[in-house]
Amino acid sequence: MERSEIKNIVVEFLIDEFEIEQDVIADDAHLIDDLGLESLDFVDIVVIIEKEFGFKVKREEMKDIRVLNDLYDYIEKNM
Amino acid sequence: MNRRVVISGVGIYSVLGKNIEEVSKSLYNGTSGIGIDSKRKELGFRSMLTGIIERPNLKKLLNRRQRIGLPEQGEYAFMATAEAFENAKIDMDFLEKNEVGILYGNDSSSIPVIESIDRVRETKDTTLLGSGSIFQSMNSTISMNLSVIYKLRGINFTVSGACASSSHAVGMAYFLIKHGYQNIVLCGGGQEVNPESMGSFDGLSAFSVRHDQPNEASRPFDKDRDGLIPSGGGASLVVESLESAIARGADIVAEIKGYGFSSNGDHISVPNQEGPTISLERCLKDANMAAKQIDYVNAHATSTPVGDTMEARALNAVFGDSKAPISSTKSMTGHEMWMGGASELIYSSIMMDKSFIAPNINLVTPDEDSERLNLIAKTTEKELNTVLSNSFGFGGTNSSIILSKYSK
Repeated sequence: MERSEIKNIVVEFLIDEFEIEQDVIADDAHLIDDLGLESLDFVDIVVIIEKEFGFKVKREEMKDIRVLNDLYDYIEKNM
Repeated sequence: MNRRVVISGVGIYSVLGKNIEEVSKSLYNGTSGIGIDSKRKELGFRSMLTGIIERPNLKKLLNRRQRIGLPEQGEYAFMATAEAFENAKIDMDFLEKNEVGILYGNDSSSIPVIESIDRVRETKDTTLLGSGSIFQSMNSTISMNLSVIYKLRGINFTVSGACASSSHAVGMAYFLIKHGYQNIVLCGGGQEVNPESMGSFDGLSAFSVRHDQPNEASRPFDKDRDGLIPSGGGASLVVESLESAIARGADIVAEIKGYGFSSNGDHISVPNQEGPTISLERCLKDANMAAKQIDYVNAHATSTPVGDTMEARALNAVFGDSKAPISSTKSMTGHEMWMGGASELIYSSIMMDKSFIAPNINLVTPDEDSERLNLIAKTTEKELNTVLSNSFGFGGTNSSIILSKYSK
């Protein structure tokens, strides 16, 4: 899967599922500080990644993901 | 400390309407909220009868995190609470500056439990349940969710006392406020209406099977009653010390004059006469009132053969001389179970406010116990100053609450 396709899917679920405004979504947007996500939201992100990208996420692997670019990298690496 | 306790706001989302105004009309008109749910037939239910209610759309009212932990009955409870707080003139600014507690009645949350267990059995992976499931699954789901949504910082727990849950919740709040431990407590009850939550109850053959006449199926005290109809929704009351309500300039709905309770210590599902009688007498004693001072009794009567008989006998033991007018609003609503105690206090307060007695619809022929009572089968215009509402539940838990019109 192309990185651009990964980005499209992630942005779509951030808007649809997490009700995040499109204008705060950027590659360097911080998941907590900029997008307003909190600890419980990461539980749901794990579920969505598995559903959308078909691989199992380990919660401990997500601790280094701070900005959206980190998330795209993580998904790309595991696809 | 012995303070006066009042209700300063009420809100409801029920099979009779989505707010106090709609419900008031339904009560006055004797409208039934009962219908048929054909999914129950597919699931092998004996009875397809149920209260009919529409799920509210909370998308514009709550954010994702606030919605994700709310199960069906939590949605109803939220709608009722939003109306109750508005009615009580309490907004978020007030809630952020003042300590308000919550005591809510709820005794099940079946769908989230069923769905999460099904999913884990299928996937063998708990991480796929998402973040909302645990908060929807617990019995305390309503009190935990509403306390976060409304930033409540006082007492906070759920009362699970079967079909008397929310009546006891109001009773507990009354005690806490009367004795000075809290000034304002949000009370109420929520009840899920989905078929899955009612399968085991249906299995007891306790539900009516009058499928050809859903509107006539719930007939408390009538000789031809054949069982209850499960129902539900949400009902909220703002319970407050009189001095706090006056200081805020709130419009007082009613004063809580007394709370009585008892436990039958007997059979798990078959009620008796003694337990409810004790609850009624204890309530009158707490209110320092005689039976003749009660202008109206909202009976628990669910339309089951044995339950209504036992309550009729208890009511006759206490109100046989005074002949207090009695009706069961469950004839219209069906049995709102965990929510019923709170909703029926609201129905009673509406009647007191608008000076009428809502009818015990479908009461055509009283049986030998109920014919001795002053049962009201047709809407009756009457000034009511003091009303009593009964709620009983499995395990023999009983609760009675007396409300009066507020006067200085």
